[in-house]
Amino acid sequence: MRDELSIREEPQIARAPTRDGFGKGVVEAGKADERVVVLCADLAESTRAEWFQKEFPTRYIELGVAEQNLAAVGAGFAEYGKIPFITSYAAFNPGRNNEQIRTTIALNNVPVKICGMHAGVSVGPDGATHQALEDIGLMRMLPNMVVIQPIDAEEARKATIAAAANGRPTYLRFTREKTPIVTTRETPFEIGRGYALWESDAPQIAIVGCGPVLTEALAAAQELAARGIRTTVINMHTIKPLDAELLYRTALSTRGVVTVEEHQAAGGLGSAVAEFLATHHPMPIEFVAVHDRFGQSGTVAELYREYGLDRTAIQDAVARCLKRS
Amino acid sequence: MPLLTDHDEALLAARAEDIRALLITMLATAGSGHTAGPLGMADIFAALYFKILNHNPGEPLWSERDRLILSNGHITPVRYAAMALAGYFPTSEALTLRSFGSRLQGHPERERLPGLETTSGPLGSGLSQAAGQAYAARMDRKKFRVFCIMSDGEQQAGNIWEAALFAGRNRLRNLTAIIDRNNIQINGMTEDVMPLEPLRDKYEAFGWHTLEINGHNMEEIVDACDSARAVYEKPTVIIAHTIPGKGVPDIEFDFRWHGKPPSKAEAEKFLKQVRTGGAAVPGEYA
Repeated sequence: MRDELSIREEPQIARAPTRDGFGKGVVEAGKADERVVVLCADLAESTRAEWFQKEFPTRYIELGVAEQNLAAVGAGFAEYGKIPFITSYAAFNPGRNNEQIRTTIALNNVPVKICGMHAGVSVGPDGATHQALEDIGLMRMLPNMVVIQPIDAEEARKATIAAAANGRPTYLRFTREKTPIVTTRETPFEIGRGYALWESDAPQIAIVGCGPVLTEALAAAQELAARGIRTTVINMHTIKPLDAELLYRTALSTRGVVTVEEHQAAGGLGSAVAEFLATHHPMPIEFVAVHDRFGQSGTVAELYREYGLDRTAIQDAVARCLKRS
Repeated sequence: MPLLTDHDEALLAARAEDIRALLITMLATAGSGHTAGPLGMADIFAALYFKILNHNPGEPLWSERDRLILSNGHITPVRYAAMALAGYFPTSEALTLRSFGSRLQGHPERERLPGLETTSGPLGSGLSQAAGQAYAARMDRKKFRVFCIMSDGEQQAGNIWEAALFAGRNRLRNLTAIIDRNNIQINGMTEDVMPLEPLRDKYEAFGWHTLEINGHNMEEIVDACDSARAVYEKPTVIIAHTIPGKGVPDIEFDFRWHGKPPSKAEAEKFLKQVRTGGAAVPGEYA
């Protein structure tokens, strides 16, 4: 794990999209277990499914533009005993095929790995139709489903490998843009176990988030530290099952929580955190997320500013949280 | 040599009668559920469970078993009845249909009852799952066959045609689909609600081998499933023309019986109609 904070600016920091981590991870998983197959819905290049296709052509299955079929055929593979990764954009998978996922994967309880690429507003120029902002909520509400969004490409690789072996229906959320790689091969990854990316002494506010947007929180934490505001930044890569123990421990030692995610405030990680804290340790919570709006075309920087997801917005949220505590 | 002797055929007809009688009792006990569809499919389920399928009720998860996927989960009483009579579970358990804690949920759930293969009810996704299983089995050079039963109404769902394209393109010859062509759906006759014809031509165009049979004729049912084994280049769809409510003349062809169960009094009457004795096996009931 790196402890540099202004990582988004550092020109020397390595960057890669989390979907690349998926591409690498699924090839590694395929080498480790021949039951792993990849199903693709006409997006082989952008989902990185083609990296698997090159390695294992007979274990790559093309579905065409048919996401409902993608989910239910995937269920069929899993019912038989394979470990299928079903890949498309998050807007369609789990967006378009939600009922098939609910019935044939979640209720049926078969280990299909639903891979939603290009999640969040950071898809950028493609605009609102392709910017999934409700997918965590859709998947989190389903019993049996595990929900993961890795922070960077390296963690995405590990999450993909871990998901292949967890024996459960699992949603993996990935993004399109190249984003900073803030973890290393040695950083431990375990499904359901969050960890502090960075921690001040005696933190006042905990920033709990998931996905590459959390690197904005690292930058915010540094700037806050310079102003004497102490925070801890927690990577809650697994949204479900939530790391309740870590969250409880963190809540006890801080005065408030700011959640950060590239998703609607309704139903996402922030909701999961709020449900837990309201029950076990009520305290001020602020939500850095998209608030009941659709996305639009733009650069990532423009969109993060517009939707209140950048470091400035995170600092403002921390300040509000402190004021309420 | 014919696939079925007269004796076999009479035995299967008797099994179908037993299935009808049991499912009527199950529905009347449950107080809710679908009646017409299950009755109409009793002959096909008798043929499947007592002749066509390579399966083992004592070991429902036997890895080499033929897979039977029921896409239109709402007719599950006919499957439960057939399974009970085949020995998957006691017939007394069949009467727990739709009750709290029962393994026999109103719509089938794979995890609760071994042998169901899939969880279904929402229409249109069974053929996809069957295609996925057939594709995966072929990857591993498995010999078993995958059967998928669908309703005709669900042919209106787009997901079916996504699956039909996929199975045709991949020449899933180990896949046999059976469509219950009973012409009724909840809102009325299929051809009034949203016409399906020419259904056979549609599947042909999607790369399938197609057959049409009388879904109440044992010999035709068994022959069709057997001939599908000999088709090496394509998946097969059998369009089985059936009579909704078959076996109970009072409700045959009546779409209003699609989604309701018989009352206790009606069930008594229906049972008498089902037990015609016409299916008596020579030498058995004599």
